[in-house]
Formats: sequence, C-alpha cells, structure tokens
Amino acid sequence: MPLFGGIDIGASTAKLVVIDGQRRVVARAMRRSGVDYAQTAQRALEEALAEAGLTGAPVDRFFSTGYGRDNVPFAHDRRTEIACHGKAAFHAFPQAITVLDIGAQDCKVIHLDAAGRRTGFKMNRKCAAGTGAFLEEIAYRLDLNPAELNGLAERSVREAPLGSFCTVFAATEILEKIRAGVKVEDIIKGAFRSVVKRLVEMDTITGALVLTGGVVAHNPLLVRLIEETFNRPALVPPLPQFCGAYGAALYAAESFEQLNQPSTG
Amino acid sequence: MSTTAPERKDFAANKRLREIMGEYFAQLGRGPAEGKKTAWCTSVGPAELLWAMGFNVFFPENHAAMIGAARMAAEVIPLANAKGFSPDVCSYLTSDIGAYVKGASPLQKMGLSGPPKPDVLVFNTNQCRDVKDWFQFYAREWNVPCLGIHTPRAIGEVDRALVQFVAHETAALVEPLEAVAGAKLDVDRLREVIGISRRTTERWKAVLDMGARAPAPLTFFDGTIQMAPAVVMRGLPEAADYYDLLLAELDQRVRDGVAAVEGERFRLYWEGMPIWGKLSALSGQMLSLRAAVVASTYCNSWVFEALDPNDPFTSMAEAYSSIFICRSDDRKERYIEEMIARYRVDGVIYHDAKTCPNNSNCRYGLAQRMMDRTGKPFLVINGDLNDMRLYSEEQTRTNLEAFVEQLDQS
Repeated sequence: MPLFGGIDIGASTAKLVVIDGQRRVVARAMRRSGVDYAQTAQRALEEALAEAGLTGAPVDRFFSTGYGRDNVPFAHDRRTEIACHGKAAFHAFPQAITVLDIGAQDCKVIHLDAAGRRTGFKMNRKCAAGTGAFLEEIAYRLDLNPAELNGLAERSVREAPLGSFCTVFAATEILEKIRAGVKVEDIIKGAFRSVVKRLVEMDTITGALVLTGGVVAHNPLLVRLIEETFNRPALVPPLPQFCGAYGAALYAAESFEQLNQPSTG
Repeated sequence: MSTTAPERKDFAANKRLREIMGEYFAQLGRGPAEGKKTAWCTSVGPAELLWAMGFNVFFPENHAAMIGAARMAAEVIPLANAKGFSPDVCSYLTSDIGAYVKGASPLQKMGLSGPPKPDVLVFNTNQCRDVKDWFQFYAREWNVPCLGIHTPRAIGEVDRALVQFVAHETAALVEPLEAVAGAKLDVDRLREVIGISRRTTERWKAVLDMGARAPAPLTFFDGTIQMAPAVVMRGLPEAADYYDLLLAELDQRVRDGVAAVEGERFRLYWEGMPIWGKLSALSGQMLSLRAAVVASTYCNSWVFEALDPNDPFTSMAEAYSSIFICRSDDRKERYIEEMIARYRVDGVIYHDAKTCPNNSNCRYGLAQRMMDRTGKPFLVINGDLNDMRLYSEEQTRTNLEAFVEQLDQS
C-alpha cells in the first residue's frame, strides 16, 4: 500500500505524519523546528518511520507546510498552513465549518463551505496576542512550565481579567496582580480568557466551529472557554496539533492518486 | 521541490524615464544658482499654479517614497519619533523629517546634497492632515511661508458649493505666492500648464487602462515606478511625451501577446498604499504565483480628468476634490466596483497601512461590503507604506500564497 507524508514546520515545532491510502495515520513525529529545517524534516521522518516499525519504507508522495515549507528538500510540493488546516478539519468534519487554528506564532480563521471550498481566511496581525507565544510568555512570567497552565487554570474559582491587547503589557499587568496577591490559577485563567478575546475579534464564525493547533491540544480548558464564548460546541479533530501535517499528507495522497489515475484516453 | 519564477520584464522606455527624472532632480538642484525659487507641494496639491508662477516644484511625498524604496526608512523614522512625531503618524512624514534630521537623502546618490530648500510650502488637505503638520515643521525650521488649501474629507458629491470653496482657497494662494515669486501670476501661462497637466493625465490614464487587457502588459508594481512623471512632472511637457513613448511599447506588448506576468492565471486589484520597501519581493512573489496585480486605486490617484485650461481655478478645485482618498465610503465602493468590472479582477488585496489611516480603506467594513456586492474574495495585508517595523514578511508571504490557493480552488 502506498504511503503519503506531510510535515508542518511551524514557528515552534515541526509535526510530521505518514498516512496510508485509507488516510489513516501510520506514523508521526514531533520535534522542535530548530534552525536547520531540512535536517529537522529528515530526522522527523526517520524518527516517525522507525517508531512505526517502517524504517526505510518509501513515502510515495510528500507535501510540506508551515513557516519552513520551502525548506524540505524531499517534499514534492507544498501548501500553506491555511490550506492544510482547512483540509484536515474538513476531512474530520465534512460540512460548512470555520476553523480556528491557534499556533505558537499565529492564529488563523479559515472558512470552508459545505463542499470544503475555502471562502475566506484571516491571520492575526503582526502581534503575538492570542497565540501560543502569549501563553508561553505568561508561563515564563509566572515561573511555570507551559504544560502546567491548564491544570492550574482548571482550579481557578475567581478569574483575574487581563485588559491589555499586548503580550508585553499583559505581562506587566500580571506583575501587578502578583504584587496584589492574586492567585496564580486565577491569573492563568484570565490569560486563557485573553486568548479567547483575541480570537473573537478576528472574525465571525460561520457553520460549525472546529479547533486545531497545539494550544488546543494541550489546554482543554481553553476549548471549553471558546465554546462558552462563541456559544456553540467546538469540534476538535484527532491529533489537533498534527492537523497541518495531516492536511499536507492528505494533499499528497490526492496528488498521488491524480498522477496515477488510469488513462481514459 | 523547485519552482522557477518568471522574470520581471523591464520596459525599454525606462531609459528615457531615468533621463527625464534625472533632469527633473538636476533642475531642482540647480534652481537656486539659476535664481529660481523652489516651492514644495503635496502630491495632489495645486502644482500647476506653482509651475505657472515660475517655481521649481518639489514633492516631499515622492522623496519619502524614495526613502522607503531605498530601504532607508527604518534608520531615519526613529529620529523623527524622538523629535515628538509619534510612530503612529504618517511614516512618509516621519521618514522625511527623520532623513532631514540625519542629513540623509536618496537624492545624494543623484549628486544632490538633499531636497532643495523651499522658499514656500504649499499643501492641500485633500489627502490628510498629516501633510500640513509635515510642511509646518519645515516652515518653522526654515522660517518660510506655509500656505494651503483645506479641502474637506469624506466628500460625497463634489457639488458646486464645495468646488467654489476649494477654488476660493486656491485663488487665495495667488497673492502670497506672488510675494514669494516676486512676480504676478500670468493666467494664460496657468491655462497653458493646466493644458499640459491634462495631457499628461490623459496619457497616464491610457497607460493604466492597458492593465485591462488580458494578459495585462503591465502590473501595479510597474505602475509604482512609471507613475513618477505623472506625479512630479505633470505640468511639464516631458511627462506627457514620456507616456506617449511608454504607450507605444505597451501597444506593442499587447500586439505581441506579451504578458507582464508570464502565464497570467489570476488578476488582482491592489487597494491602498504601496509597501515601498517590499515592492521587489512582492512583485517577485506574485510573478511566481502567476498572479498579476493589474490595477490599483493608488496609481489611478493621479488621473485628473476635470482639469480644464478654460476654467483654471474651478477645474483645479474640482479635480483635486474628486480624488479617491478624500471621498466618502459609498463613493469609494462605487469606484472599486467599477474597477473590478473594468479590469476583470478575480480578487482584491487591501493594504491596511498602519500609519496611513486615510488611505487604508478596509477599516470600516468596506472590504466585506465589496465582497458581498461583487462576489470577489479579498485579502487584507497588514503592513505600512514605509515603516517596515510594522510589516511581517512571513505572514504577508503566507497570506498572499493562501489567497492565490483559494482562487485556484474555484
């Protein structure tokens, strides 16, 4: 059975998946994007295949996406992360949807119609507000590991609102709150709420709401806050952090099948 | 994986363009030694009046755009910020004043010491208030008069009362300008200059109209270079003559089926300011995406069809009050809708320029309304005309690529 691959080299991490002809994930890997994207891509592929017991297996067609999409020497083609997140989200939920992807460096709102055609999209401005980088900065200020944020925020009973748009100013606000004796869990929940507020102002939601990206994968509370704010259930596909890579692999599979269609001439 | 981007095609006429622009700047430099007075003028100010009165006319906006295109802005804007001009105000203003503070200018590469010192500064607020603040800085700096026309903004219909008001303000400039020039205005000379300007504007419009051909023989990126004579030399005969030369070359391109973007797959409209420091990168990316930006509001902003030598003051007032930037949103929407149809575009790129609210037209829901009306998708790029601290290379690249992907699926 042929194999197809996709890699999403993001601002923070590189995610890679290998799928089979049934679009099932048969191998995956994630590692820091680092500074040498070509090497990161090669190692991620080797690691994914090795862990799946597929060492040396040929990947028939491979697409890249993300910031490093132009730096993957073995990729046959590339798509933007906007295309790939949309593709993966629609594959999981084939209906009219709005995808909110919360990445390390940017947020995307992607509108797809009932046929999966993109009707519009937006990325955040040149600003880290509402992104994973914002939460990482908050964790740093509070001397926490980002992985601890969700568990702590779940314990909050009195959310401490953050008023600032800006990551740097929000960090200053946090210092004030620490000085005033506000509980850490309440500050973190306030930071989560701040991420949601930035998403609200980006665009309106049409159709069902789908969430993708690493921030969603690691912070279930954020998903609940988004549902509460948008007043609708949020659909989360399997492996939300790998959606970009999975979408790229889906494009690779489609491309392979088109290239290998039996001639009707 | 490799993609070979097609090359940008230069115009043979560019040789002549460089000659006439070089001579224009050389004349500005020689002016004081030749006893010529220099007037600084906003780009859609009453330049015809100044030429008619014998001034050499210098356009600081052109200078600021050159600072942006030469990628000097990032090193000089902070100097203006430190003088009290906020990083949030017009980055043409902060670039130009910053360059003045530093004693730097792209004109130094052309053998000039910098912009010629003005004897008078003349603005028109039809674009924004910033031009007045900008000119007043230099008026204080050099103790020279700063005169202006206070055209209202967000104009719906350019009616008789409005035109009369602006014509009156324009006519009121004559006396103080005569005092600086040391000579009376010769109205026949003014009619002659307006006639030349009218001819330039007609030729420039004909150049831009060529973008309606499919494939388009020129793009918005070509336009940002080719527009220089239409802005800074429109009252001089060399400008109109130059466009005759360029038109002949464009005609030949059309006859030969030569596309500015080889393999043109999509046709786009650019709304808003150019991003001067990134023109080459953006042009290159659009070439590789085989998407031609065939028209823009910006390049068409120096088309003044109302100019009439028989009625100098009224026709100047009408021409300079009719420009896109000072009109109401309903007029702007009508204009863009007409351009979308005329140039048969597939989508619209709106540049939201951080420091230019007056020419960032997507901030009040216009882009969504236009998509609802025309069915043409749009993309908003966040950036700036000159301040590249406000521009994200990667986000813009991804946005443009994703937009073309979107057009491709339909």
